[in-house]
Amino acid sequence: MNSSLFLSQLLNGLQLGVLLFLLSSGLTLIFGIMNFINLAHGSLYMVGAFVGAATYNASGSFLFSLVAAVASAAIVGLVVEHLVARPLYRHDHLYQVLATFGLMMFFNELAIVIWGNRPYFVTIPEVIRGSVEILGAQYPVYRLLIIAVGVVVAFGAWFLIQKTRFGMLVRAGTTHASMVSVLGANVDLLKKSLFMLGAALAGLAGTLAGPILSVQSGMGDPVLILALVVIVVGGIGSIRGALFAAILIAVIDTLGRAYLPQLLALALAPTAANTVGSALASMLIYLLMAFVLAFRPHGLMVSAKR
Amino acid sequence: MTFNKWTRWSLPVLFILLAAIPFVAQALNEPFYVTFFARVLIYALAACALNIVLGFAGLVSFGHAMFIGLGCYAVGILSDYGISNGWVQLAVCIAVCIVVAVLVGSVCLRTSGIGFIMITLAFSQMFYFLMVSLTPFGGDDGLNIYESSDFGLFALSGSTEVYWATWVLLLALTLFLSRLRSSPFGMVLRATHINPRRVDAFGYSVFRVQLSAYVLSGVITGLAGFLLANLTAFAVPSYIAWHLSGELIVMIVIGGIGLVTGPIFGAIIFLLLEEVLKGLTTHWMLVMGPIIVVIALAGRNQFAWLKTFFNRPRSAAAAIEAQPATGEVR
Repeated sequence: MNSSLFLSQLLNGLQLGVLLFLLSSGLTLIFGIMNFINLAHGSLYMVGAFVGAATYNASGSFLFSLVAAVASAAIVGLVVEHLVARPLYRHDHLYQVLATFGLMMFFNELAIVIWGNRPYFVTIPEVIRGSVEILGAQYPVYRLLIIAVGVVVAFGAWFLIQKTRFGMLVRAGTTHASMVSVLGANVDLLKKSLFMLGAALAGLAGTLAGPILSVQSGMGDPVLILALVVIVVGGIGSIRGALFAAILIAVIDTLGRAYLPQLLALALAPTAANTVGSALASMLIYLLMAFVLAFRPHGLMVSAKR
Repeated sequence: MTFNKWTRWSLPVLFILLAAIPFVAQALNEPFYVTFFARVLIYALAACALNIVLGFAGLVSFGHAMFIGLGCYAVGILSDYGISNGWVQLAVCIAVCIVVAVLVGSVCLRTSGIGFIMITLAFSQMFYFLMVSLTPFGGDDGLNIYESSDFGLFALSGSTEVYWATWVLLLALTLFLSRLRSSPFGMVLRATHINPRRVDAFGYSVFRVQLSAYVLSGVITGLAGFLLANLTAFAVPSYIAWHLSGELIVMIVIGGIGLVTGPIFGAIIFLLLEEVLKGLTTHWMLVMGPIIVVIALAGRNQFAWLKTFFNRPRSAAAAIEAQPATGEVR
């Protein structure tokens, strides 16, 4: 086993973990305070990716495309909140799932109507295209940048939730929403801004993922499932849980896909090892989730039921 | 009373009309209708099965496509190895569904509400990715089924055969479910949704009751997959993508949650609508998506306007409406 290859796989896992964290932190916050399950969160990720790719290809400015993508995802999030999510906050989860499932179908098809069925290509900006050497491994700067963004966002989220008035209201809202409302905080505004924040983070994840994954209709669906697994493993409603679970799951998934077939080849015939290995690797994180649930039904970071 | 007024009226009319379809299709020389309605009945079967957990027990399983897939691949993989005996395939299908449902169910039922939705979805996706990565069984491209299930007396070799098999099975299931719903088991099952703590206090194990319902539901959904594989002569991962799980839920909500015949009407309405929209535009999902959103926003039973004619007694559906809005009962 090559150690520099292992390092770059580890970094790949970390970078996927950051993308998952950006998605699942919004999802888990929206669930924590609004008790709302948003399957259309993957669509907001897709909106970010498409708008980012289109504005970058049109303007050539990466920063501008980043701002445009995040803003448009936030605006779409606001519209979704107002038209679909808000009327369903006090309803059964079944209807929330159904409504956001319908939205997801709509957005996926809308992307096909606007940008066509083929993957939409976007290049990495010239300035951050190269690679650097880390402990003997060549690693792309762009992917390192994604990891850096994740660190900044994680720190920002911690600051926002723990140190600001907004965060105080969010924390209070997750446990005693009606009391916060009675004390005079504008809960409706709080919910709207939280939903927009989640949407913006999803949009940011989408834009960042654009140049390394293919930008196409339906790209949000598999990532959404991973984000759901992250939330379940980390504990529903916990940002800290989302951070740890996102990195844990992404690293396990990446390393599993890279090394499981090789490991099995030690015991099995090469073709069998390849088949079984890749099949097992695709199931690995779900098995992890089942394992976590069997021992900690409320997730790793949530000790007892609220 | 086993049937309420609504079911007593609609059930015979519905099944007689459905029985006429193959003859009408033959008279019109449109074999496509038989294939289409066979698909409708198969989805109706799956939706009725899902209704056992979703409607009666209030457990929103977003992963029932997995059982469709198990049924499909039970036929596909066995016939790939040259075993086309329908009884063997059926036995394997049921056995596999029971084992998987027990394993998956006992993990999923440790959570409730939102967690249950996400975990059933995740398990279904796990199975989806497993089938995609298993290249010996066709992987992403799917598995052609050259020999359909042969039951000795009859074989599911064409659309008409599959249609009648599904028709009989659906009728049997409907009669069974209307009995089950008011049986002691059905009563306890519905009670676990309304007040699990009290069910527990009565000495029933909520977990066991829910798991039994989940296994029963999974096996019947597996049978739907079994029939689907025979209808299309094909088993492919895209059949079992999570969209199908969502569509099954949509069918139940259209038809009325917790009603015995509701999912059948829901499946007919949903698939007819889909077919009409597909005929109008390739971007039919652009219209279907918002329709689903509106259905969800309107909530509750979509047949309420019809049912007022029949003076329906208080049912599980009414009980669900009377639930506290959050859905978290425990």
